[in-house]
Amino acid sequence: MTYKVTEEGNVSTVFLNGEIDMDVTEKAKEVILPLVESGKEVHLNLKDVSYMDSSGISVLIESHQKALENNTKVIVKEVSKSVLKVIMMAKLEQILNLE
Amino acid sequence: MNIEESKDFLVSTTSLKEVRVFSREVFEKLKLEQDLKDELVLAIAEAAQNIVKHGYKGVENTTDRMQIKISMKDSELEIGFFDKGKAVVPGNVQHRKLDDIKPGGLGTFFIKQIMDAAVFKKDEKGWVNHLVLTKKIN
Repeated sequence: MTYKVTEEGNVSTVFLNGEIDMDVTEKAKEVILPLVESGKEVHLNLKDVSYMDSSGISVLIESHQKALENNTKVIVKEVSKSVLKVIMMAKLEQILNLE
Repeated sequence: MNIEESKDFLVSTTSLKEVRVFSREVFEKLKLEQDLKDELVLAIAEAAQNIVKHGYKGVENTTDRMQIKISMKDSELEIGFFDKGKAVVPGNVQHRKLDDIKPGGLGTFFIKQIMDAAVFKKDEKGWVNHLVLTKKIN
């Protein structure tokens, strides 16, 4: 997994790339959670994420919940077809903010 | 098409990508449709992850290996997982309730969603756990 972060005003966008499994979830959390905890609105762009398992889904849930605690929000954007399928299998499409 | 292929992997999170590569290669030979391949790879990866995460919980830098065997015979896909981790008590293998939104606890749910059956078998010589996932392929 690789990533890129861009900043625009109060919005940080994290572009994730590659496959997200248990081996990289700590790295993903280290990138995302501090941004959320700083109170910024965080956009997670998943268009280049080709695979995500339950560990990756856990990162999305934790980010979402951490945002609620910090009175901000995480928006999951441009979800690839394969990742969307896993999100829907977990019945999280109504819980996470998907765009 | 009938096939039987197996491969062993170091019990480590770093092996999970290798597990997916192996699985994809086998399913490529079986010429399964892409959506089905993606689901099966996810189920296999989740089961392998469970071995690393739960079977070897608290064990760091093990040199143990796990084995995955994929076989297809008469449209019945069977995927076997062999490991030497902590003995699994099948009754304790449960996923979280879906409406209890929290990180974790979804891997076993995904496996059950994707596969027809997931059964722990006994008496596999040399191994502690032997999980068998099966699915009828139309």
